[in-house]
Amino acid sequence: MEVRRKERIDRGIKVRSEGIYCVSSPKEMLYVAGPRLLLIAGLLLLPLVLEMAPYWKRVVNIMCVYGLLAISFDFLANVVGLVCLGGAMFIGVGGYMTAIFNVYLHCPVFLAIPLAGLSGALICTVLLLPCLALRGVYFAIVTLMYPLLFTRIIEALNILGGTNGITGLDSFPNPYLENYVIIVLLLIFLFGLRRLMDEDIGLVLRGVKDNDQSVRASGINVAHLKALAVFITSFIGCLGGAYLAHLYMWAGLSLFALDFSIIPIAAVTIGGGGSMMGAVIGTFILVPLSEFLRFFGTFRIVIYCLILTGFIVFRSEGLLTYFARKYDQFERWAKI
Amino acid sequence: MSILSVENVSKTFGGLKALMSVSFSVKQGEIYGIIGPNGSGKTTLINCITGFIKPEAGKVYFRGSNIKGWPAHKIARAGIARTFQVMRPYYSLPAYKNLIIPLWSPRARAIGGWRGGGRHGDRDTVAVDILEEIGFERDSRVPYKMASTLPTGYLKRLELARCIALRPEIIFCDEVFSGLSASEVAGMVPLIEKLKMEGITLIMVEHRLKELFKVADRVMALQFGEKIAEGHYTEVIADPRVKEAYLGSEEV
Ligand SMILES: Nc1ncnc2c1ncn2[C@@H]1O[C@H](COP(=O)(O)OP(=O)(O)OP(=O)(O)O)[C@@H](O)[C@H]1O
Ligand SMILES: [Mg+2]
Repeated sequence: MEVRRKERIDRGIKVRSEGIYCVSSPKEMLYVAGPRLLLIAGLLLLPLVLEMAPYWKRVVNIMCVYGLLAISFDFLANVVGLVCLGGAMFIGVGGYMTAIFNVYLHCPVFLAIPLAGLSGALICTVLLLPCLALRGVYFAIVTLMYPLLFTRIIEALNILGGTNGITGLDSFPNPYLENYVIIVLLLIFLFGLRRLMDEDIGLVLRGVKDNDQSVRASGINVAHLKALAVFITSFIGCLGGAYLAHLYMWAGLSLFALDFSIIPIAAVTIGGGGSMMGAVIGTFILVPLSEFLRFFGTFRIVIYCLILTGFIVFRSEGLLTYFARKYDQFERWAKI
Repeated sequence: MSILSVENVSKTFGGLKALMSVSFSVKQGEIYGIIGPNGSGKTTLINCITGFIKPEAGKVYFRGSNIKGWPAHKIARAGIARTFQVMRPYYSLPAYKNLIIPLWSPRARAIGGWRGGGRHGDRDTVAVDILEEIGFERDSRVPYKMASTLPTGYLKRLELARCIALRPEIIFCDEVFSGLSASEVAGMVPLIEKLKMEGITLIMVEHRLKELFKVADRVMALQFGEKIAEGHYTEVIADPRVKEAYLGSEEV
């Protein structure tokens, strides 16, 4: 019998080795930038395409909030090496902070959101600081506890509107702003984080994940770096939470829901970690999917789980890695 | 004047006395060897001096200030670099990118680039310069290979390169010769001598005594956490306690 094997051949750019490539012609530049441009253009056009479907426009908004959580989770987990399940904490703290600024202190929306992002990130970072020395799953567990802690405190002390939450937050001036604020935020942080990773400081952060002992031996304070990374992560998450609170015009206990911690991880798992791009792809599949499945009523969660498991089993490398390979290489059968 | 002086450093792990009141001092530009059988506390001594573990007692003076109890990164920033016996490269990065991290550190940035070349240039060039210096062929692909794919010989050198990139005053080498072939070691000796010429003080823990004695100015011997001998290597190996400690275990 004839023995054959599948061989993979690079296409497009010829001088390409271990992630370093050399582009010269406009065609090659387009080849490299193409997928990125497609994502940007697609996202920016989405609200216009969905003009007739306001419900789906809202899904896009929420999807982008999850996107923010997913890229920040990916950044902290796969770049710096801290597995943080604090999505719910960031969303909740950001949401409540913007409510305080907007409702209690009468700041306009576009001042309240950044203020909530900064102050929320500060609060979250300070709370997580004592846990930074914890490794692996212990850090994850602590980050999972905080949202519960916040809910109980708000309930028990009946502060910040108690179980009713804080109502009367300003909404966005118009529906387009509502869409584009979050889309632009997602794009800024997606490409911002990717840029950060290419900078030398990004390399140092990756070093912390690889082995922090060598980073310490190089005269770099690992605790500071981790705190900085946690601040960036919680800033992104808190902005998402603040946005969400204004979208709902309400900041309540459901902002601390577990979904905000879990869905980003699932998104990174199916999308592929480490590049932030996979996180976005994962979210863009998972969130709309879960909306579609609403038609199935209570059966939804079963199908959802099946699909998730399917992704993880059959594409465990992550969709992004899979697509990237298909894009960069073609396969053919070769005789041996 | 000695650049580093260690006074009565002690460390116990549970009931085990890993170091018992060890003292020594090293002059600037000296190559100081530390020998001793397995488990005699050599690595622990390095860890105590470089802040990776806290000694229970004693003092460590670096240029006159007591650095005992300082966090590791602060000690490194002051100018004391170290290699790890169990090599700790950044496996997920290419070899030259491994050096970006020490080059990015506050110390290296304050002092500037590596030699004349690349003082203001970008760190990648400086990194490849250092690797070339330490024996990575510049025009080959080796400096750009993932650290995880490099053989031990290169990893050992990378370990040392990471120290050099920090532009330190003292380098602690924890068995940088072990696992290398005789010819590889021969290739590294000139490098060690060159570092010495530049005024860098080297403190070398070694099991490869023959090679160590070629470069070391003075040697100290440890056994069961105690200093048993110190001086020129001829004196140290003539010491009856050292002979006993190494009896049958090592060819001198
Ligand atoms: N973290 C630790 N916890 C408990 N015991 C330790 C620890 N580190 C070292 N030891 C013990 O302290 C003693 C000295 O160890 P150390 O690693 O300093 O020896 P060494 O001289 O470097 O040996 P080798 O030549 O094998 O590298 C050993 O008995 C070791 O088991
Ligand atoms: Mg040792």
